[in-house]
Amino acid sequence: MGKQLNVALIGNPNTGKTSVFNALTGLNQKVGNYPGITVDKKQGVCKLSRGVKANVLDLPGTYSLNASSLDENVVIELLLNKNDKDYPDVALIVSDVETLKRNLLLFTQIKDLKIPTILVINMSDLMIRKGISLDIELLEAKLHTKIALVSTRKNTGIEALKQLIESYKTISTEPCLDTTLIDEDYFQSLQKAFPNQDVYKLWLVITQDANFGKITRQELDVSKFKTKSNQELKRLQQKEAIKRYQFINSILKEGQTIDRSKATGLRSKLDRILIHKVWGYVIFFLVLLSIFQAIYDWATVPMDLIDTTFASLAEWVKVTFPGGGKVTDLVAEGIVSGIGGIVIFIPQIAFLFLFISILEESGYMSRVVFLMDRVMRRFGLSGKSLVPLISGTACAIPAVMATRNIENWKERLITILVVPFTTCSARLPVYLIIIALVIPDGSIIGLSYQALTLMALYLLGFGMAIFSAYILDRVLKTKHKTFFVVEMPNYKLPLLKNVIITVIEKTKTFVFEAGKIILAISIILWVMASYGPGDKFNNAESYVKEISASQSTSELNDQIAAFKLEHSYIGIVGKTIEPLIKPLGYDWKVGIGLVASFAAREVFVGTLATIYSVGSAGEGENIETIKTKMANETYADGTKVFTLASGISLLLFYAFAMQCMSTLAIVRRETKTWKWPILQLIGMTAIAYICALIAFQFLK
Amino acid sequence: MRFTIADLKKGEKGIITDSSSENIPLKLLEMGCLPGNEVHLLQLAPFSDPMYLNVNDSFLAIRKETAALIVIEKING
Repeated sequence: MGKQLNVALIGNPNTGKTSVFNALTGLNQKVGNYPGITVDKKQGVCKLSRGVKANVLDLPGTYSLNASSLDENVVIELLLNKNDKDYPDVALIVSDVETLKRNLLLFTQIKDLKIPTILVINMSDLMIRKGISLDIELLEAKLHTKIALVSTRKNTGIEALKQLIESYKTISTEPCLDTTLIDEDYFQSLQKAFPNQDVYKLWLVITQDANFGKITRQELDVSKFKTKSNQELKRLQQKEAIKRYQFINSILKEGQTIDRSKATGLRSKLDRILIHKVWGYVIFFLVLLSIFQAIYDWATVPMDLIDTTFASLAEWVKVTFPGGGKVTDLVAEGIVSGIGGIVIFIPQIAFLFLFISILEESGYMSRVVFLMDRVMRRFGLSGKSLVPLISGTACAIPAVMATRNIENWKERLITILVVPFTTCSARLPVYLIIIALVIPDGSIIGLSYQALTLMALYLLGFGMAIFSAYILDRVLKTKHKTFFVVEMPNYKLPLLKNVIITVIEKTKTFVFEAGKIILAISIILWVMASYGPGDKFNNAESYVKEISASQSTSELNDQIAAFKLEHSYIGIVGKTIEPLIKPLGYDWKVGIGLVASFAAREVFVGTLATIYSVGSAGEGENIETIKTKMANETYADGTKVFTLASGISLLLFYAFAMQCMSTLAIVRRETKTWKWPILQLIGMTAIAYICALIAFQFLK
Repeated sequence: MRFTIADLKKGEKGIITDSSSENIPLKLLEMGCLPGNEVHLLQLAPFSDPMYLNVNDSFLAIRKETAALIVIEKING
C-alpha cells in the first residue's frame, strides 16, 4: 500500500461535481453518514499512478462557505477542522464552464483558507458551442492555482486531473484576497485577540456562529470576542461578496471572453414550454402519470417473478432438508420469505429512481419546483414533494426514499411523515374485499357505489396527507430560517453513468440498511404466527379431530391451521387487543389480521383466509370463499361481524393507520433516528383509531 | 418612486441599486444580487410568484416577497 491522500470535491450544485466524482472513482464508492446528521457522506477511492490512492470525498453542493443548511454546514465544518481525518490535502473546486464567475466566489474562499486547490472546469466540451474562450495560463497565474479542463460527458481531461492531484504539493497556497480589507479595524482587533490563528478562518467561525449555529467540531472559542451585531456582520459579509466579485470580474475581464451571439436558445425555448402557465402543468402531469404507470404497473412484472422465485426457493428448502424440523421451517418460511419481502421492493425503487435521477440530471426538477412552489408552500411542502406523494400511491418505501432530493430539511421531514397516508397498492386487496363485502351493489348516474367508495378512499388518503402536512407545518419548529432561492440550471442530457450509479446506490441502501430491520421484524412476526404456548397449540390436531369427526383431509387441515393460528402467540395478541378494538366493531379474528398486517397490509387477506379455514388464499375462488365466510361470520348473539358500520370502520382504519414495518424501517433510515417513525406509528394509528371509532359508533 | 424586482414585468430589466435589507438571504447576494448588477426577469409562475430571473450569469427563481426587498432602477426599452 502506497501513501494515501485526501481529496475533497467542492462545488456549486448542478456543476457536474458528482459526475467528476463518478469519473474519478467509478463504482469504488460508498455512501455513509456524517455522525448525528442526515447528510449522506459519499466517499470513493481513485487510483493514481505508482500505487498511490486518493480518498475522494464528494462534499454536498454549496454556493459559498456561509452555510444555510445542514448539508452546506458539513463543508465548512470539515474545512475549518485540520484535525478531521477527512481534512483534504487538496481541494478540487468543480465549476462548469458557463457559471465560472459564480463558482469562483467559492473558489476564492477556499483559497483564502490556504488549502491547496485545483480548479476543475467541467463541460469544457461546450466551450466552442457557447462561444466561451479561456486564457488558462493567465487564469492559473492570477488565481494561484492549477486548472483542469475536463468533460465528464466526453470523458476527457480526467487523466490530466489525476496527475494534478498527484502533484498537489506543488500547488500554491497563496490566498486570493486580503480579507482584512473588508474592515481593517475589525480584522486587526480580531487578529490581536487570536494572534496564532488565521484571520479569515476566525472570520468564518464568527459569521457561521451568527448565521447558522455553533460549529461543533471547532476548537476555537470565539464567543468572548463579539464586537459586532448580527446586522453589522451581515453587512460585512455583503461587502465581502462585493470585494470577491470585484476581484473575480477583474480577472475574468482578461481571462475570459464570451461571444454572446453564440449562446444557444435551448434554455429559453424549453422554458417557454416546460414552465408555461398551462402546458407546463400539463407536461408535469404527464410526467407524474408515467412515473405512476412505471411503478404501479411495469414494476409488477419483475415483482411477480421475485414473488414466485422466493416461493419456490422456500419450497425447495423444505423439500431438500425435510429432516431439519424447526430449523428448516425457520429458514424456509422465516428467513427466505423475509428476504423475499425485501427484494420485492427493488423493482419499484429502481424504476422510481431511474425517473427521478433523469428529472434531476436534466434540470427539469428545478422547473417543477418553480411551477409548484406557490401551491405546495401553503402546506409546508416543497414543489418536489409531489413526486414522493404520487409515488406513495404505489408504495411508500420508494416514495420516502425519493424525499432525499428535497433540500429543505423541514419540507423533507413533513413529506416523509405524510407520504404513508397516500393509498399504497398493498391497501388495495384489503379495500377490495371489504368493499365487496359491505358496500351494496347498485349505482348512481352510472357509477357503482363500490367504485365510488374506492375512489373516495384514494382521495381521503391524499387529502389526509395534505391536511396533516398543513398541521405539521405549523407545529414543527426549525432551528434555521430558510429561504427560497432555487437555481434554474441549464438543460442537459442526463449522463447514463450517473443515472445507473444512482439507481444502484439507492437500491443498495434500501436492501442493506432498511432491509435489516424488515428482516428482523418479519422473522419475529413469523415466529409469533408459527408458535404458541401450551397444549392447545402443540396438540392442535387432536383437539380439532375431537370437535369435527367426519371431514375430508383438506378441510381438516384447514381447520387445524385455523385452530393453530388462534392459539399461536399472534392469536393471543389478537385476543388480548379485542377489548381495545371492540368499540371499532372488530372481533379478535380481525385483531389477528391487524397484527399480521404489520408485515405488509395485504397479509390481512391471507390471515383471514387461514383463520376462517379457507386454506391458502390468493386464488380467485378462495377470495370468493373468504368473502362468503366473512359475510356469514357472526358474534355469539347472532349479529353479523361485517356490517356496513364495521366495514367502513375497517376501511378507515386501513386508510390511516401506520401498519407497515417496511415503511417504518425506511423512515428510520432516512431520518437517522427512531423518533420520527415512532411518532408516525403512534400518530397515524391514533388518527385511524379515532376515525374508525367515530364511524362505527355513528353507523352502528 | 422606489422600484423593486417585484415590480418588473416579464422580459424587463433593471440595475440593482440596493440589496442590503436584512431579510435578503445571504445566498442571494453571493449568487450575484449585488448593487450594480443587471437583473433580467425571464418568466413568472402563475400569480407572479415565484419569479425567474437572470442576474450575474446566474439563473434563479425567488419568491415575490424576497424580490420585493431588492431595490432596482428600471432600464427602459
